[in-house]
Amino acid sequence: MSWILDHLDDILSLTLRHTWLAGVPLIIGLLISLPLGWLANRHRRLRGVVIVGAGLLYTVPSLALFVLMPLVLGTGILDPLNVVVAMTIYTIALLVRSVVDGLGSVPEEVARSATAMGYTPVRRFFGVDLPLAVPVIAAGLRVAAVSNVSIVSIASLIGVNQLGDLLVDGFNRAISGELVAGILGCVLLALVLDIAIRVLERALTPWRRADPGGAA
Amino acid sequence: MIASILDWLTSGASWSGSDGILARLLEHVGYTLLVLVIAALIAIPLGLWIGHSGRGRWLVTAANALRAVPTLGLLFALTLVLLPVLPGSAAFLVPSVIVLVLLAVPAILSGTYAGVEAVQPAARDAARGIGMTGRQVLWQVELPIALPLLISGLRAAVLQVVATATVAAYVGLGGLGRFLIDGLATQDYASTAGGALLVAVLALVLDAPFALLERLVVSPGLTGRSRSLRPSEPNRTAPAGGTT
Amino acid sequence: MIRLDGVTKQYPDGTVAVDDLSLTAPDRAITVLVGPSGCGKTTTLRMINRMIEPTSGSVTIDGQDVLAMDAAQLRRGIGYVIQHGGLFPHHTVERNVAAVPLLLGTSRREAISHARELLELVGLDPALGRRYPSQLSGGQQQRVGVARALAADPPVMLMDEPFSAVDPVVREQLQDEFLRLQDELGKTIVMVTHDIDEAIKLGDHVAVLQVGGRIAQLARPAELLAHPADNFVADFLGRDRGYRALGFQNDRVPLHDEPVVPMGATVADATAQAGSDGWVLVVDDRRHPQGWARPADLPGEGSIDERSLALGGTLARVDGPLRVALDAALSSPSRRGVVVDGDGALAGTCRATEVLSVIEARARPSDPGEHAAQAVR
Repeated sequence: MSWILDHLDDILSLTLRHTWLAGVPLIIGLLISLPLGWLANRHRRLRGVVIVGAGLLYTVPSLALFVLMPLVLGTGILDPLNVVVAMTIYTIALLVRSVVDGLGSVPEEVARSATAMGYTPVRRFFGVDLPLAVPVIAAGLRVAAVSNVSIVSIASLIGVNQLGDLLVDGFNRAISGELVAGILGCVLLALVLDIAIRVLERALTPWRRADPGGAA
Repeated sequence: MIASILDWLTSGASWSGSDGILARLLEHVGYTLLVLVIAALIAIPLGLWIGHSGRGRWLVTAANALRAVPTLGLLFALTLVLLPVLPGSAAFLVPSVIVLVLLAVPAILSGTYAGVEAVQPAARDAARGIGMTGRQVLWQVELPIALPLLISGLRAAVLQVVATATVAAYVGLGGLGRFLIDGLATQDYASTAGGALLVAVLALVLDAPFALLERLVVSPGLTGRSRSLRPSEPNRTAPAGGTT
Repeated sequence: MIRLDGVTKQYPDGTVAVDDLSLTAPDRAITVLVGPSGCGKTTTLRMINRMIEPTSGSVTIDGQDVLAMDAAQLRRGIGYVIQHGGLFPHHTVERNVAAVPLLLGTSRREAISHARELLELVGLDPALGRRYPSQLSGGQQQRVGVARALAADPPVMLMDEPFSAVDPVVREQLQDEFLRLQDELGKTIVMVTHDIDEAIKLGDHVAVLQVGGRIAQLARPAELLAHPADNFVADFLGRDRGYRALGFQNDRVPLHDEPVVPMGATVADATAQAGSDGWVLVVDDRRHPQGWARPADLPGEGSIDERSLALGGTLARVDGPLRVALDAALSSPSRRGVVVDGDGALAGTCRATEVLSVIEARARPSDPGEHAAQAVR
């Protein structure tokens, strides 16, 4: 406990870096997964390709992906960009499936009546399909967030700084306070991201909170 | 850079010996199988029991909450705690295996449980209604229907274990992770990247038998494979008599 | 005979699903439990095969206390059909049908070959046996559910909303075939439905349950329609009660000779036969009615063929229910209802006014009439 209090500044700056390394890929990954999932949902053949591809990407172990990133990107081995891109890949691998499932969960009759009323495909996507898919996508996003926070800590092994540094240093020097601080920091960050996504989901889906008996 | 990696991957020297690629590969596969068997022995019966009896659902929730704990932190913490207690080489192996099992259990547990949970209430009701005992319902109905999700859980566990076993090289475990960790320490990028490629390929290769297993043991009635024949209503007998 | 005696089901939270209910389901008859949702009809059914254990009271089948029997053994001896069929998705259709015989230790080959026969019995192509349930339509799945329940030839069957998951046309067909099957097999059946029309159509006895798990009335369908015990039952029976009751009153109606022309007759012949309203009945060579034609509307040179016929009239049978006779008259283009004999050949035509006279001459609903049910409990 005293170790934590003595190093609050370090912990805070590492937490911010950790949030950035885990959070930015989450947002980029979501922005890429939405159109990809939309396309995959519309074209049966593409769906198989996307889902199998996502499964393959997710198969690559994290440390291996971090290490191989410079080969693909031409970056230096210590470049944080390696981690951001690798985490974005994981996020897409997880989320594309959620987006496909989410869009697929939109009731057929709702989608059809939207088309019958004259929604263009784009309007229908933003006005009907996407809002109704939010719960499933949010569930995927929460899994990705928690997984990202855990995986990012491994980047300490390739020298990219974040909360994982506390784990590595705490282990190497057998400082249990530091190790615990690292673990707690990661768990708390995962929790905060999880809650943030839940809050956002609630805000985006007011109809799910409506009292079923309350409506006139 | 790519040339040096290829050199490393193709040279006979890197493949042979007790710290060569072949030995490390076998170690890695060995850990994975060991961990998977232990985790499956714990998680599958537990998941079946929770799904069948509806009791102890909190265990699934708790196991899933474990995923928020960073793998690296769990690995380091357990190694630090167990290191002084364990003799010799077991000190490196045991904590890693325990952590890997801890990581594999939630995936298999929630897959098994979700599989049993996915059994339609009507099928379970009918199974009891036609006179199956609790055990028969479990073996003849719930387990076969749970198989697709159970196997997905196993596959997720395999990926998790292969990836984390790589990281566990940092606390002294053998396996392909050695090339990454040692290569990073000595700034030997060829061996680091070569090791990374091998791990990626291993993860893919180990996934394949499970995909095959799924094809073999899952009933075509549960997958889309039999759906090519569309439902039809052509086989009715003559319509009922002419009077209303 | 299935006998429920003072059966009560109370859940730990205090809700009483079934309250001191007594009921006898006679052998070889269909006893229907009908009522609004929450009336405890399904709970009652499920207490018979101990899917739910009664809190108090006794349930016996042919004098044997079910509570004293091993639950699984008991259930293997009772056919069980539920909504959607409750088929096992991972088993083929024939393996589904063979489920109970296999549980009872019948050899696989025997069980499967018997399963194919049963598929045929319920009106399915035995070739469907190799498919999986997901490849069948809802109606087909429902038939497989019935076949599975029949597989071990149990004397007793319990059916929970067996026909409600399919569209009305298929449902009607399944009900008709089910009645035909029951004529043949004579099972002792207890069935649950929320559909009063289904209850009246299928039930030999109908128990109307009200919320709280009490029997509001137990009677034969005709008696139920003619003499509902109270307002609840009357409301539940709904509209057109008097008309629907005619469906249970069989009587001869006065028949008139009807001039006919055979299929293929010339329009000139048909014109000669046609009545003053211009309509003439067309029959085939076995005198089975084919439809009405109006020669005046047809080209003079032609002959009577399929396309000349006005369809839509229903057929009544001699000795059939008065409801059908009345409907035959009302639905006929000529207003003359076509009545056929047991073989389907023309017996004559009837008039709506005369059917009404027959109805008028019979007992009023308020009379304790000839159709009062024999007490069933």
